[in-house]
Amino acid sequence: MKISKEEILQNPHPISGTLRLKILELYHQAHAGHIGCSLSCIDLMIAVLLLEKAELDTFILSKGHAAASLYACLNWLGEITDEDLTTYYLDGTSLPAHPAPGQYKGIPFATGSLGHGLPIGTGVAHAARISREDSYAYVLMSDGETNEGTTWEAAHYALQHRLDNLLMIIDKNGLQGFGSTDQVLGDTASAEKWRAIGFETVEVDGHDIRAISETVKYLKTQKNGLPKAIIAQTTKGKGVSYMENKLEWHYLPMNPAQYQAATREITERYLIEQLENV
Amino acid sequence: MKKYTFTEKKDTRSGFGAGMQVLGQQNPNVVALCADLVGSLKLDAFIKENPERFFQCGISEANMIGLSAGLTIGGKIPFATTFANFATGRVYDQIRQSVAYSGKNVKICASHAGLTLGEDGATHQILEDIGMMKMLPGMTVINPCDYNQTKAATIAIADYEGPVYLRFGRPVIPIFTDPDQKFEIGKAWMVNEGTDVSIFATGHLVWEAIQAGEQLEAEGISAEIINIHTIKPLDEEAILKSVAKTGCVVTAEEHNRLGGLGDSVAQVLVKKHLAPQEYVAVDDSFGESGTPAQLMEKYGLSAKDIVAAAKRAIERKK
Repeated sequence: MKISKEEILQNPHPISGTLRLKILELYHQAHAGHIGCSLSCIDLMIAVLLLEKAELDTFILSKGHAAASLYACLNWLGEITDEDLTTYYLDGTSLPAHPAPGQYKGIPFATGSLGHGLPIGTGVAHAARISREDSYAYVLMSDGETNEGTTWEAAHYALQHRLDNLLMIIDKNGLQGFGSTDQVLGDTASAEKWRAIGFETVEVDGHDIRAISETVKYLKTQKNGLPKAIIAQTTKGKGVSYMENKLEWHYLPMNPAQYQAATREITERYLIEQLENV
Repeated sequence: MKKYTFTEKKDTRSGFGAGMQVLGQQNPNVVALCADLVGSLKLDAFIKENPERFFQCGISEANMIGLSAGLTIGGKIPFATTFANFATGRVYDQIRQSVAYSGKNVKICASHAGLTLGEDGATHQILEDIGMMKMLPGMTVINPCDYNQTKAATIAIADYEGPVYLRFGRPVIPIFTDPDQKFEIGKAWMVNEGTDVSIFATGHLVWEAIQAGEQLEAEGISAEIINIHTIKPLDEEAILKSVAKTGCVVTAEEHNRLGGLGDSVAQVLVKKHLAPQEYVAVDDSFGESGTPAQLMEKYGLSAKDIVAAAKRAIERKK
């Protein structure tokens, strides 16, 4: 079943549900964790990768631990085959827990060591600028990654060089590896901080695909020399109520009963109810 | 002993600057980045002639490496420059993930390597950089011996597709190689043919090795001297051919004896041709403040140390 961009914008829930189910299937198959992290950012990735990213644009998943969400999107776009997906996490796979470079056009860099995405994306944005190419670099980061000094180094470089084709997107679910962002190092991903250093900053509901899409569209028209920040308020584990806002679902894998419960809930919330609502 | 003379002394970092100026004129894809050390890296001419192709990163080396990786998208060839200490140890994870593992065509160009940056002291005198860089899969590691060779190497690496670590330094040393040389990555350079001992040297220790060769000759010892300007990929063939003839080895480098050229050569010998080997290198220590000459003397990197090591190696053949 292929869904057009127009159909996604009209009713984003089916794609949101379908890719969530794909993510759960991958984690179930691998008996692996980072589920909450992937469910937290999948709607952002749908808006960027499926709707807004142009051919020449570059997308970098800086929070590489959410690789399953990237793989689900690239599979939807036809870049990763169903057959490749069956090898996820297995020996010899091109799809490890954190994205490996060199196998797919949509994965140009190794990511997952945190804080590397914004420097890379800033370089990509600058390369486009000096080639006078009208393209954008999107960097999807976790809120935890704003703890990293390199994030702030890159931010100041982007400001200094007026890279308004850099779109940083923060998946702000408020939970990092072993605690809430507030407990760990304070809110380094606050809109005030990013606004204060000079990024054109917009806050958005990170699960409202239409709103994210509109925000991206708007920011791309703002050729004002200011790099862009989208601070997306999200819920870790979004869509599976027993995972939502629960720190342990950063790392935990599902047992078979949990997998069943999760897929049932996603199917009901995103696919059945929403179809009835249309 | 083949005669080597010089009329001029210069720093190898100036050779890098001269190479960059040529690249600025010849290769429009070459871009340069620096972490607030443009004067030290001798980039002034490149910047003056190509202001739109120079990117000031400020004192944020880790970001400079990530930026360089990103700049390769679309075909730019970034030359990321700073002191060797900050170009390697400080930013190792960035180089590992974003450049080496990601297979990006970034040239990491590092000045002020080793003890001989002098009075700044141990905080800035990195002696572990060759080891760190050569351990990264896919990374090419080059340590040229003088101004002319550094200039030639700088120009050559732009034509090579893949990550490179180019190491050079601050001290003013004799220029004894051909100004028009063609630099071939991975191809060792025969400085002097000999029969009693093989001296494999890298960087400005090649000049010390030549001085040592002359002293040894005066004592009736014939030293073969080979300039290993490329530590990775290592020219194993040249090493094995030489040691097959001489039967013993001295390695000479301005680096910790752990993890440098010496260990690379030792691996070849262990696997393919057992022979006694003596190290001329820093003996697992940090440096200290001093003039380059004082430090070379104190840390055992001078011609006389190579002479003594050669005699020990020859003795061990018996």
